[in-house]
Amino acid sequence: MSNTQSDSSLQPVGGDRLRVAGEKPSAILVCARRTLGICTTLSILAASLASTQSPHVARDSVLKPVSSFAAIKDEHARSLALFLEASKVITSPRCMNCHPNGERPTQGDAMVPHQPLVVRGPAGFGVAAMRCSTCHQTTNSDDARVPGNPAWRLAPAFLAWQGKSLGDICRLISDPTRNGGRNAAALVHHMAEDSLVGWGWHPDRGRRPVPGSQKEFGAIIEAWLASGAACPR
Amino acid sequence: MLELTVNGTVHQLDVPPDMPVLWVLRDILGLTGTKFGCGRALCGSCTVHADGQPVRSCVATVSALTGKHITTIEAIGATPIGAKVQKAWLDLEVVQCGYCQSGQIMSAAALLADNPKPTDVDIDEAMAGNICRCATYQRIRAAIKLAAGAPALVAKGNAS
Repeated sequence: MSNTQSDSSLQPVGGDRLRVAGEKPSAILVCARRTLGICTTLSILAASLASTQSPHVARDSVLKPVSSFAAIKDEHARSLALFLEASKVITSPRCMNCHPNGERPTQGDAMVPHQPLVVRGPAGFGVAAMRCSTCHQTTNSDDARVPGNPAWRLAPAFLAWQGKSLGDICRLISDPTRNGGRNAAALVHHMAEDSLVGWGWHPDRGRRPVPGSQKEFGAIIEAWLASGAACPR
Repeated sequence: MLELTVNGTVHQLDVPPDMPVLWVLRDILGLTGTKFGCGRALCGSCTVHADGQPVRSCVATVSALTGKHITTIEAIGATPIGAKVQKAWLDLEVVQCGYCQSGQIMSAAALLADNPKPTDVDIDEAMAGNICRCATYQRIRAAIKLAAGAPALVAKGNAS
């Protein structure tokens, strides 16, 4: 199970937090408070568990246009806001599933391990007798619920996104020494024009598309880079 | 008319371009050795080779495989590796009900063509898309190793 919320901080609530300083509670009250505390802790943990199964970013279906960020006069703040808008795409399961942390992709909105077992292989296209293209065809197989694209493959291991905070993903993709040598123009090209990236907006039936459009996403990435490529902490 | 080359023969087909190749093989060409197990690329029973690479024919369309050389279970034995795989399957009596075995053999032959000495991990990763309800998995593994040249480590029909 992947956790894209690695920078969240859980604060379990216990009975002690409810105690007024200096007061000694009755045994029944302590018991009730501890039960409440346990229930609260469990419900927070359950919510956290549920949220680790899907991206924590809101599931908007639209991307704000670049023009709507012009009102943010501070360049750093505007750049940060642009990246946060772009992160609606980056953290979509359609993208995250093929940027796994490890050799095995995930699948679905729940981002569970891909069934059957498939692994990246030496070049991201799978291994002998189980290449991605063994099952994934050049177009979506709607009846079979098998997505498809001519370039179906995994991102390279150094571009693992799952398990990283937004800030870490941001710093990774914007650093040419770590992102496979992509400068700004190459990054914009990948995000705005790559056909496999573009599949995310046209998945097979039953899969939630990435928000907005690839063109809008590319414009946001371009504006983010042009404004200094600010990253969240 | 669309064209498919199957086991060395070129067929002219009056079919929709998005027809799964599996339907062509079974319903039109009468090559029923390739099986329909799920129709969703989940079981591997439909595995054929396209230019030597395994592909699930239940999702591969005629238009996608036009121009490629398709090999089915009916013809894999004519290749040296295919023949070794089939012999190992017979020597170890791998087959139980048999339904999945066409796909298993096609995947195994593709594995050995690419990797003549697969490890257990290689076998796991290559064969994970071929499932067997009769659970002949250990005999399949042993037969792949036998076809790869290892001594037979299991008695006929047994798994350990």
